[in-house]
Amino acid sequence: MQYTLTVNGKKQTVDVTPDTPLLWALRDVLNLKGTKFGCGIGQCRACTVHVGGKAVPSCQTPVASVKEPVTTIEGLSENGTHPVQQAWIEVDVPQCGYCQAGQIMAAAALLAQKPKPTGQDIDQAMNANLCRCGTYLRIRQAIVRAAAIASQSKGPAQSAAALR
Amino acid sequence: MTPTTLDKKLIARRSFLKVTATGAGGVLIGLAVQPLSAQQGRGADKGGRGGGGGGFGGPQVAPKIENYIRINADNTVTIMAKNPEVGQGVRTMLPMLIAEELDVDWKDVKIEQTDFDPTKYNGQIAGGSTATPQNWNPMRQVGATARAMLIAAAAQQWNVPESELTTGSGHMYHKASNRSLTYAQLAPKLAAMPARELLDPKNDAEKFKKPADYKILGKVTKNNDIMAIVTGKPLFGIDQTVPGMMYAVYQKCPVFGGKPTGITNLDEIKKMPGVKQVIVVDDRPAIPIEQVLPGDPGLENGVAIVADTWWNAQQARKKMQVNWDLGPRGVPDHSSTIYAQKAVELNQGKPMTTTRSDGDVEGSLSSAAKTVEAAYAYPFISHAPLEPQGCTAEYKDGKCTIWSTSQIPQGGRQLAAQATGIQPTDVTLHMVRGGGGFGRRLTNDYMVEAAYISYKAGVPVKLLWSREDDMQHDYYRPGGFQFLKAGLDAQGKLVAWRNHFVTYGALATGPAPAGPPGFGPPPGNGPRLNTVTAGAMGPTEFPQPFVPNFAIQSSAQPLAIRTGSLRAPSSNAFAFVIQSFLDELAHAAGKDPVQFRLDLLSQPSKTPGMGFLPERMIAATKLAAEKSNWGKTNLPKGTAMGFGFHFSHAGYFAEVAEVSVVNKKVKVNKVWVGADIGSQIINASMAENMAQGAIIDGMSELMGQAITVKNGAVEQTNFNNHPMVRMAQAPATIEVHFVKSDFPPTGLGEPSLPPILPAIANAIFAATGDRVRELPFSKSGYSWA
Repeated sequence: MQYTLTVNGKKQTVDVTPDTPLLWALRDVLNLKGTKFGCGIGQCRACTVHVGGKAVPSCQTPVASVKEPVTTIEGLSENGTHPVQQAWIEVDVPQCGYCQAGQIMAAAALLAQKPKPTGQDIDQAMNANLCRCGTYLRIRQAIVRAAAIASQSKGPAQSAAALR
Repeated sequence: MTPTTLDKKLIARRSFLKVTATGAGGVLIGLAVQPLSAQQGRGADKGGRGGGGGGFGGPQVAPKIENYIRINADNTVTIMAKNPEVGQGVRTMLPMLIAEELDVDWKDVKIEQTDFDPTKYNGQIAGGSTATPQNWNPMRQVGATARAMLIAAAAQQWNVPESELTTGSGHMYHKASNRSLTYAQLAPKLAAMPARELLDPKNDAEKFKKPADYKILGKVTKNNDIMAIVTGKPLFGIDQTVPGMMYAVYQKCPVFGGKPTGITNLDEIKKMPGVKQVIVVDDRPAIPIEQVLPGDPGLENGVAIVADTWWNAQQARKKMQVNWDLGPRGVPDHSSTIYAQKAVELNQGKPMTTTRSDGDVEGSLSSAAKTVEAAYAYPFISHAPLEPQGCTAEYKDGKCTIWSTSQIPQGGRQLAAQATGIQPTDVTLHMVRGGGGFGRRLTNDYMVEAAYISYKAGVPVKLLWSREDDMQHDYYRPGGFQFLKAGLDAQGKLVAWRNHFVTYGALATGPAPAGPPGFGPPPGNGPRLNTVTAGAMGPTEFPQPFVPNFAIQSSAQPLAIRTGSLRAPSSNAFAFVIQSFLDELAHAAGKDPVQFRLDLLSQPSKTPGMGFLPERMIAATKLAAEKSNWGKTNLPKGTAMGFGFHFSHAGYFAEVAEVSVVNKKVKVNKVWVGADIGSQIINASMAENMAQGAIIDGMSELMGQAITVKNGAVEQTNFNNHPMVRMAQAPATIEVHFVKSDFPPTGLGEPSLPPILPAIANAIFAATGDRVRELPFSKSGYSWA
């Protein structure tokens, strides 16, 4: 079956079986390797992408069900300049780095919705994303930092837009 | 406790640098590496790895010229990183050592990952927290010697004494004449220099930087791959692609050693979307039930499906109905419940072996003022790195190219060559960043599968395991049972200790192979246990040196599943048992748990020279106690601190956890780590990050993780039933503090983990009075708050 997806602002057609998860269409058909496979059952969220601006586990999202634009880690910014990516670099978050694309996408979706999240907001929004290396303390720190970067660069009123 | 065997002889004494000009106006500085001594792997090999995949150290190599440094025409420097990177930061850390002594700025350093190549490099391994101790000198020697050669080249060029030259930021200075050159400008002169013996850190100490002058070491240096990680560049094993590549899955028997006897719906499977080939492997030699399973047995029986996408391969595999001959391990006897029953029975009988017996254990136990007896148990657990096992391989015309995340590529290369009928030297092995290792990638099953499937299918393949494959075909941290009894004298001093360790394996007959001094009985002396990988307890396990009457006895039962080294092998379980039991003894003695341990460490050591220096653990303990304000904080009811320490992989770690417990719901509020890993923390950022991660990893092991076996097969499948700690459960703060000692730097990825389990367990006891002696704590009704 052919499906037309808008991925990172570009219309793309994939020819896959209807039950193919978005994850595998992205990775194996569109060659976007940034989105990672970790569990296949929505338990680890290494596969988190944005569909219509919302963080979703792409391993649990059949291609046939995708109606809104998709943003992957590759589409978050041109050169790692999204406030969340900047903060991740500044804080030096990763160890192995495998979960981090999913973490970053989840964090970006959180901040787009809540530009000034509380610690509890962060823990709640990020709780679905596993980090096997245990970088949670740095992820928390980086999200706080990303919120600050976004509000500095754009002014508080526009910080949400910067995070999208 | 593990003896430190970081033998100084490991480090090549006589190595030479050779320089050759490169086409691009640069210069290559090569290092001729002497073979490491046969002792090399021992520090890493504490898990008792065996098997045919090659040991940690691998075979010794003849000296070869090797490249580490390339000075580029733009005066940037490319430094080769030779070790497998699985998240431990080694790809950044090893080049830091070279760059520091070469005296270049980190911003001008480019890092290049080498291939696996034993003709050029030794020790291309990620295991045993060995990268730091094994490379601390050699990498600095490379950098310092290269700098010395640059100085010699400049001295010739300017016709001035070497003593008048200084370097900085990739430049050479002759201040007296106010002249300077970049390293790149010196390259032509350098290329004409003769080979030079490597500088020796001791004899040529003046040619090495003083720690006070370090500009890179000890500072925060960011992960070299960070930009690629945060922008989602193809970086990991799973991301590799080759033109014409197909995707493969490999279905193995749920019971190790089983084999396929047929596929009921083969025709249907072959017609499924995207399926190209179905390959049956049923001719692997059976491993007799009496035999302890080998460490890295190579290709196993199974069925491969090769398809145009991984999803199509996986869908076909889910539909596929394979008939299995389960083999001798697929029987009710091989179930966790039976293992636990047998362990109790084994403890009631006479121990199969006595690993050590000092003094008069039974006599002193019966005459002790007070005795404490306890039974501890812990389960098998899975490594579960977030990137499932996988590998990309291309077999073509008697050669094989492999892109692998192996932590021990040496063994994998050999197994892949065996499986495809070629020589190891016909295998080109690219080392690719792995999404976590934790010891799982110390076995190479996925590598040999990928090579074999490519060989059979005639196309390049990317093999990828599902999470279920990964969790059900792991080399598990072995479970175990420890039956302890200890005696205190009237002053509360620990005078007797007996531990009957019931593990997995078999009683071996015939003469025992000679082990290193202090390990087990001498050759041919009585019965011995052939234990499963990472399932042995050595005769110097803590607190052996400090207890006059001390015995370790071991018994074993056969096991159906494979075991392997998980981050801090054996220590990750032993520390929980030993440090929990010590806590019980401290309370029985009416002493503060930290003071009780300090008193114990202050006893004269019965076995000095086994690598454990009590003063280092005392310093780490005092640091953790001081930072946590141990014993000086008034905590609310239900909140308490607990303490534990452990020595492994040459690292001394003492940890304090503050926890709150309400109705068996546990919150770890804060953790303090006090550690001594030598004179220099190399990368301040990664050191803290990894130690914090170890705490969280240990929390996962404590609370929820258990692999259980039923009829020879593993029952758990995925993260939903083998859970790891999530963000909301992580402590708010984990402070990491280091004692700066005079000892050479050692690793921290592994030794940082073990103490957190008993620290939390002991805190739970202090908060509630409930002593939990079995992992995971969820089995006793606990959960995270």
